[in-house]
Amino acid sequence: MNRGRLGSWIIILLGVMYFFVPLLSTFEFSLRYLRGVYSLEAYRIVLADPRFGATVTYSALLAFATILVGIFLVVPTAYWVQLRLPGLRPVVEFITLLPLVIPAIVLVFGYLRIYNSSSILPLTGAERTTDLLLIFSYVTLALPYMYRAVDNGLRAIDVRTLTEAAQSLGAGWPTILLGVILPNVRVAVLSGAFLTFAIVIGEFTMASLLNRPAFGPYLQNIGANRAYEPAALAIISFAITWACMGLIQVFGRGAQGPAAGAH
Amino acid sequence: MAQITRLATAPPPATSLWVSGVSWAWLGVVPFLVFALMFLIIPTSLLVVGGFQDSQGHFTLRNLSDLLQPTILSSYLISIKISAASAIGGALVGFALAYVAIAGGLPSWVRSPLMTFSGVASNFAGVPLAFAFLATLGRTGLATALLIRVFGFNIYNAGFNLLSFWGLTITYMYFQIPLMVLIMAPAIDGLKREWREASANLGASAWEFWRYIALPILWPPLLGATLLLFANAFGAVATAYALTGSSLNIVTLVLYAQIRGDVLHNQNLGYALALGMILITGLSNAAYIWLRGRSERWLR
Repeated sequence: MNRGRLGSWIIILLGVMYFFVPLLSTFEFSLRYLRGVYSLEAYRIVLADPRFGATVTYSALLAFATILVGIFLVVPTAYWVQLRLPGLRPVVEFITLLPLVIPAIVLVFGYLRIYNSSSILPLTGAERTTDLLLIFSYVTLALPYMYRAVDNGLRAIDVRTLTEAAQSLGAGWPTILLGVILPNVRVAVLSGAFLTFAIVIGEFTMASLLNRPAFGPYLQNIGANRAYEPAALAIISFAITWACMGLIQVFGRGAQGPAAGAH
Repeated sequence: MAQITRLATAPPPATSLWVSGVSWAWLGVVPFLVFALMFLIIPTSLLVVGGFQDSQGHFTLRNLSDLLQPTILSSYLISIKISAASAIGGALVGFALAYVAIAGGLPSWVRSPLMTFSGVASNFAGVPLAFAFLATLGRTGLATALLIRVFGFNIYNAGFNLLSFWGLTITYMYFQIPLMVLIMAPAIDGLKREWREASANLGASAWEFWRYIALPILWPPLLGATLLLFANAFGAVATAYALTGSSLNIVTLVLYAQIRGDVLHNQNLGYALALGMILITGLSNAAYIWLRGRSERWLR
């Protein structure tokens, strides 16, 4: 028994090393900008770069828009499927899993084919409509996680009784959805939202192929041209991811943790 | 028990709704279906159709046979190799970590930080992950330097290169391992302590417990999760692109270059390339879903 526990500790220790050595190395590397001394110079340069602020703001705005569109798409659908169309559940669940099956690069390839500037719906023709297309792309990427989170939240409450109670008090559908259902699944919606934020903020493939000035392509550009700034940016990105996951933990105590990985 | 029988026998109990509320109950999911059509189904279908057309739009199998030319075939093979290696490695290590944290006799406080950190690390991917590994195992990385200073061992002299099969595999495992931990934790939770005690009472060794009880129950979720990890790595672009530029010939990077500038000089061959990727990730996900269905019977 004791030997088994020692083995367990060794495995955990190896795991901890595998995960912390790259983080420590990156941090150490990010401090090496000035020869011979450790300094925060790389961070100062990154934060002073106007493109950093601009791309982070752009990606954060897209993330918020993605979360809003995602909520308005997913919550009513999941609610309605649970309440009135349980027979459709397998179909809807299958569709929400498709973005895990079809790689992001393939999806964006398809978008470029049907929404190009010479098609019936030329979304890539102007910057604003391309932003719109990018938001919808991100809603698609986040769909599996958003739907799972909301669906778990809805299963945990009594949708039917809540709906009937609201109806008997004279509430219409908008009131039921916004005033009754949404507040009851807010923990689930929030955890889906933070996960969406973490996925969108550094997303590279779609933003890069749609030629939009997002944080992901900016990171790649700095990585290709600079030495120490990328390490500082990696630490900053890690902090953002950590903050999102931490917020999920804070808000979602007791709710089921998300398993993600949209790469 | 009731749930098991329900799973095994009952069809979805929906028939009454189809009869009574067909006219407007449907409308509730129309926005979702329209979204799915516009941003998932039609774009993908058009690529699939395009893979079977020549530049004039006539049906042809030429593009598919062109996928067999050496450069494209080798890019698929390298992608499959890296995805399989990082999936199997990630699955083994991730399962071991999840198992010892949950059922390995460790204090209970080990589990919560491991799960939280797995949530973070499984999402720490893309471009920043490439930066982190360049700073670690790159030529001037900390781990590289420490290995030289402490052990006098230069991994680059020994043939290691971060911008290669092994480099990319080790990097991918950084998000594969924690993803495996997250997926397998519920399955390991479902492995009841009583089973182990009962088998020990009947005189089974640890090996026999694994061979005859744990593995027969755990193999569907294990294999299923491995397949999910495979698809996860197979579609990855950003890490590989930021790490290797375009020096490594994996299929996502070939497709990226094709979308950027038609490097294959044949649009429809590009569609066929995408079709091949959908086939590969589709097969591995279909197997995952099938296996998940099998595993849910026991792990309740």
